[in-house]
Amino acid sequence: MIKLTPPITDEEIKQLHVGDKVSITGTIYTARDQAHIRLLKEKNPKFDLKGSVIFYVGPTPNKPNQAVGASGPTSSYRMDTMAPELMARGVKLMIGKGDRSEAFREAMIEHNACYLIATGGAGALLSSRIKKSKVIMYEDLGPEAIRELTVEDFPCFVAYDVHGKNIFKGDANG
Amino acid sequence: MREIDASQITDVIRETVIEINYHLDQSLFQLIQQAKDKEHSEVASSILDDILENAKIADTNQAPLCQDTGVVVVFLEIGQDVHINGNLTDAINQGVKDGYEKGYLRKSMVNHPFNRQNTGDNTPAIIHTKLVSDDKIKLKIAAKGGGSENMSVVKMLTPADGIEGVKQLVLDTVFNAGGKPCPPIIVGLGLGGNFEKSALLAKEALLRELDDSNPDPTLKQLEQDLLKEINALGVGPMGVGGETTCLAVKVNAHAMHIASLPVAINIQCHSSRHKEVII
Ligand code: SF4
Repeated sequence: MIKLTPPITDEEIKQLHVGDKVSITGTIYTARDQAHIRLLKEKNPKFDLKGSVIFYVGPTPNKPNQAVGASGPTSSYRMDTMAPELMARGVKLMIGKGDRSEAFREAMIEHNACYLIATGGAGALLSSRIKKSKVIMYEDLGPEAIRELTVEDFPCFVAYDVHGKNIFKGDANG
Repeated sequence: MREIDASQITDVIRETVIEINYHLDQSLFQLIQQAKDKEHSEVASSILDDILENAKIADTNQAPLCQDTGVVVVFLEIGQDVHINGNLTDAINQGVKDGYEKGYLRKSMVNHPFNRQNTGDNTPAIIHTKLVSDDKIKLKIAAKGGGSENMSVVKMLTPADGIEGVKQLVLDTVFNAGGKPCPPIIVGLGLGGNFEKSALLAKEALLRELDDSNPDPTLKQLEQDLLKEINALGVGPMGVGGETTCLAVKVNAHAMHIASLPVAINIQCHSSRHKEVII
């Protein structure tokens, strides 16, 4: 188990290998389809992209006693064409589910970033590791708004690493 | 003639959409547990652990299993000797609206293929109605996620493609979908009918009991063979590789035109949420 606390450094990225279990504690940001489209046009986003962690999610509404509702990852491939520019601007980790394009994977290696997956459909489990949540941009997008999340022991797996390995090609199992 | 008030249907829909979104079916839980015990890969087995722990947390916290709380699909079997007081479609949609609000479920319906404005209350439900000869109403209610639905396929094969053609199409579809439909999956396979009938057969096959099998011996064999062959693909939980790609295959069939072999493959993720209620 590798423990990470954002912001993530270049050195930390190099130490991640496909199949590694990663546990994140600290601040991460949510963004999915519509938020990506808007972020690309944004000159001054309300958070520092350098070293940041983006979680592809659109949570359910939270109950009064919860920081956030169910928060499992959404399919990452829909963000493939937009993610490279965000990595160029400093994003280091992306958390989602499922395989992505080769073009994305090459851009990820070039920008020394890393793609993690969280267990799809584990919305209740992941929500229990999110301690605080605040909408910081695009409130009008509802579940697609950008939120700042404070997470504790948020469980992920390395899916693509900068060493060229891909979990979806069986690289986690030797 | 038995009188049933439409508000009774609203009540059933409201409570059921919440219940299925909060509680994973016990037999499904057990099937995932058995799969976990057979899994050799460490990552695959941790993912199955996450899925099991997730179900326990959702149960205790009375919270949704998954953030995609789905589109509501209702298969209605209405007895000919029933009279419903009130508008049936409105009653169902009212139940969806109330349940998604009360249960803190995500509203995932948009109104138009291109404008894509959220309808705000997860309506309308998708409703299929059949008339039967009794005085009851049977409702099969499902909340279907988008990730697995998007990996589903309808294809018109030719009779000459036969059982091998069908198998190949299923294996290709599951393999190409990889981790996207949140495996371990359940496969609903609709064979025959025509273009639209095959899709309905596949969807309804997903609502069968997990441990039943098709009464036709050839189709029962097909269910068993496909389950083995899909798992031999090695896609694994969430696509990371492993023994467990599929938990069950359900085949439903119907008579068809001499020239056709319609095949529909409806993919269901591990968060399989449905229940049958009889009024
Ligand atoms: S495919 Fe199923 S488990 Fe995965 S995110 Fe969608 S609804 Fe949830």
